Amino acid sequence: MSEWIVFFWSILPDLYKGALITVQLTLVGLGMGIVIGLPAALARVYGGKWVRRLAVGYIELFRGTPVLVQLFVVYFGFPDLGLTLSRLSAAYLALGLNSGSYQAEYFRGAIQAIGGGQMMAARAIGMSRLKAIRYIILPQALRLVIPPWSNEPIALMKASAVVFLIAVPDLMTKAKIIAAHTYNPIGTYMAVAVVYLILVFLLTAILHLVERHLRIPGLELEAQRK
Amino acid sequence: MTKTIVKVEDLSKQYGGQDVLKGISLTVNEGETVVIIGPSGTGKSTLLRCINLLTKADRGRIWLDDQEITTPDVDEDEVRSHIGMVFQDFLLFNHLTALGNVMVGLTKVLGMPRDEAESKAMEELARVGLGDNAEQYPGQLSGGQKQRVAIARALAMDPRVILFDEPTSALDPELIGEVLEVMGKLAHEGMTMLVVTHEMGFAREVADRIVFIEKGVVVEDGPPNDLFCRPRVERTREFLWKLTELYGKHEEEQADSD
Repeated sequence: MSEWIVFFWSILPDLYKGALITVQLTLVGLGMGIVIGLPAALARVYGGKWVRRLAVGYIELFRGTPVLVQLFVVYFGFPDLGLTLSRLSAAYLALGLNSGSYQAEYFRGAIQAIGGGQMMAARAIGMSRLKAIRYIILPQALRLVIPPWSNEPIALMKASAVVFLIAVPDLMTKAKIIAAHTYNPIGTYMAVAVVYLILVFLLTAILHLVERHLRIPGLELEAQRK
Repeated sequence: MTKTIVKVEDLSKQYGGQDVLKGISLTVNEGETVVIIGPSGTGKSTLLRCINLLTKADRGRIWLDDQEITTPDVDEDEVRSHIGMVFQDFLLFNHLTALGNVMVGLTKVLGMPRDEAESKAMEELARVGLGDNAEQYPGQLSGGQKQRVAIARALAMDPRVILFDEPTSALDPELIGEVLEVMGKLAHEGMTMLVVTHEMGFAREVADRIVFIEKGVVVEDGPPNDLFCRPRVERTREFLWKLTELYGKHEEEQADSD
């Protein structure tokens, strides 16, 4: 055990560099996912027939295929269409599109849970649909979505490990290199597992803080009151 | 001559092949409180929703002041900002404080500056007796308080008329009084109100006119005394008897406990 700790300590600087890329991939993928997913959810709930179909098409396509396939299509397939992306850009795009499809469904659930009554009340004081969405529906839906949505950053961070297959120097890629150099795959992958675990813990802690900070007084879930 | 605020002419609405409204005509004059009564499922709520354009009528016309609001080129959002609505289940905005609920229409719909909107909203909250609850969220208020905030929210927009859709039906009996009291006060202050309710005591004391609607048509329309004491239609007498029997009981109980 102490041997492994020494080993872990020695490879930590390299893992750290990889971890930074992993965090970067997670944050950018998540950000892109919000930018794509939220409009997709709104389109699915409030859109006309064709807008709604477009949103459903996007969501089902990207939830229904492996993220690895999406990554390969973006990185190896897009150049044939005249769009050559760097490894990192391809990784961002694939993860963002994939995450957006999942996030769209989290957002849709929350928007629908807020219900038509709030929209009706907002319209009744003269708000347009857009204003009602912006000032009444979303402020509530975005709070409500946090607990289920918290799955997404965690899932995305772990799923981002697939980018080692196009040699983006993330945590997993670093691990492969270190394992080959040190002839210690078990020690290395255990170390990587620990780093992922720490990152996920940090992420969870941040999400909890956000959730608590945004809580609406008097609207806590019943179970939390006790 | 009294000014007509709301005029409904030959309004019809179908839902899923069912005729909910079958040619309703109705007027509400300035400063009048008109109470609509009738069995459930006879289109009373639908009528209110048609009047503030939340639901589109199939046929018929509606005027607000002297402007027809059922023409295609009308700005529906603008029309709604002049018509207050109070719902059975309050529908307060849960992420906003009582003050925020009353302010949001002023700042986001009318574009009023924040400080001006705040003092106006505080005034309206005081008007419904909730000046001390401004910073509380809906989840921290009782049902009666919520409904009074909802009334303040409607009042803040300085509406031409306020529509009440069974405002006390979701309340515990001991909370009904505070809401009816506020509504009575508004009526005395000259607010124009159209109220769907089963509260016969309120209808009798506060209403200038009662409209009895059944199966999508106006059965009888007149001053409370006429409807209660000498209804023209037998069906009105029957219905009023039933309601008074049912709801009069708890009013008596309340009177005893006061």
